[in-house]
Amino acid sequence: MNSIHYLYAAYTATWVIHLTYISILVRRYLRLRTEVDQLKGK
Amino acid sequence: MKRAFPILAVLCVAFLGFATYEGLFVAPTERTMGDVQRIFYYHVPSAWTAFLLFFLNFIASIQYLVRGNDFADRFAKWVAVLVGAAGCIAVFAIKPMPAGIEPSSVATTALAITGLYFLIRKYFPEERTDVLALVTAEVGVVFCTVVLVTGPLWARPVWGIWWTWDIRLTSTLVLWLIYVSYLVLRRFSTSGQTPSVAAALAVFGALDVPLVYFSIWVFRTQHPQPVIGGGGSIDPRMLHVLLINWLAFLFFAALLCWARYELEIFQRQVEETHVLESLLEPENKQS
Repeated sequence: MNSIHYLYAAYTATWVIHLTYISILVRRYLRLRTEVDQLKGK
Repeated sequence: MKRAFPILAVLCVAFLGFATYEGLFVAPTERTMGDVQRIFYYHVPSAWTAFLLFFLNFIASIQYLVRGNDFADRFAKWVAVLVGAAGCIAVFAIKPMPAGIEPSSVATTALAITGLYFLIRKYFPEERTDVLALVTAEVGVVFCTVVLVTGPLWARPVWGIWWTWDIRLTSTLVLWLIYVSYLVLRRFSTSGQTPSVAAALAVFGALDVPLVYFSIWVFRTQHPQPVIGGGGSIDPRMLHVLLINWLAFLFFAALLCWARYELEIFQRQVEETHVLESLLEPENKQS
């Protein structure tokens, strides 16, 4: 593999890791919002 | 404050884009490694950000442990003051400094420790220090993961191997494992003592941070020697891009911590509501 590909792989991997973490946070937030809506409905 | 978040997020994305452009296209190409050296502009700022977050976790954990006890609280405050004073005195008392250690960085680091201790003490009530510790550990693990992924991607074309068990790499992996264990403990333990046990683990875990940082100064390692301090040197244009990237990652980490902090408080409020509801439920059924 050309060394430039390692550079692209590293930059891509960094953003995959960060975006995965952000998506986990968003999912947690949405789950909590659903729980709050259910509590309000009771 | 919450209204500012979307604006800050847009600014952060623009800043990160600019920093990435600087790293990929503006920084000069390194003579021996070529373009693959540009991984450095993500790898090093991520490592510094992770260290800073673990350090904040350390201070928050100490405060969580001591603030319930007056004597321990006062003792920790004095230790924080003494650390700052000792750092300033060391600049004048230790001459010459050990090779590669800048007197100004010793004083700055010591004063930063004292300053951060009192800032956290002032702005975070006792129970919120536990939230801060959890948040900084979690975001720190994310940045440390970036370090452990980008490092081998740089090493493969430069060293010809993905990994070697030298002290810098191994201690970084151990650091990551310690904080992953911390998060696993917090996630799965249901004991009421979990925050205290986790805080104690964090205090011991933080001892690995200086080991990781200074390992390339003290030991012979395959990892490149420090480019800032430690007798190293760097092209000023590269240093400029490195610092821009670090600032961008710090900004990003601060926003992540803020979002995660608010989420954790929200989650705790929902859990408290569930507990209250379950306590009231039998009464409701009886009536």
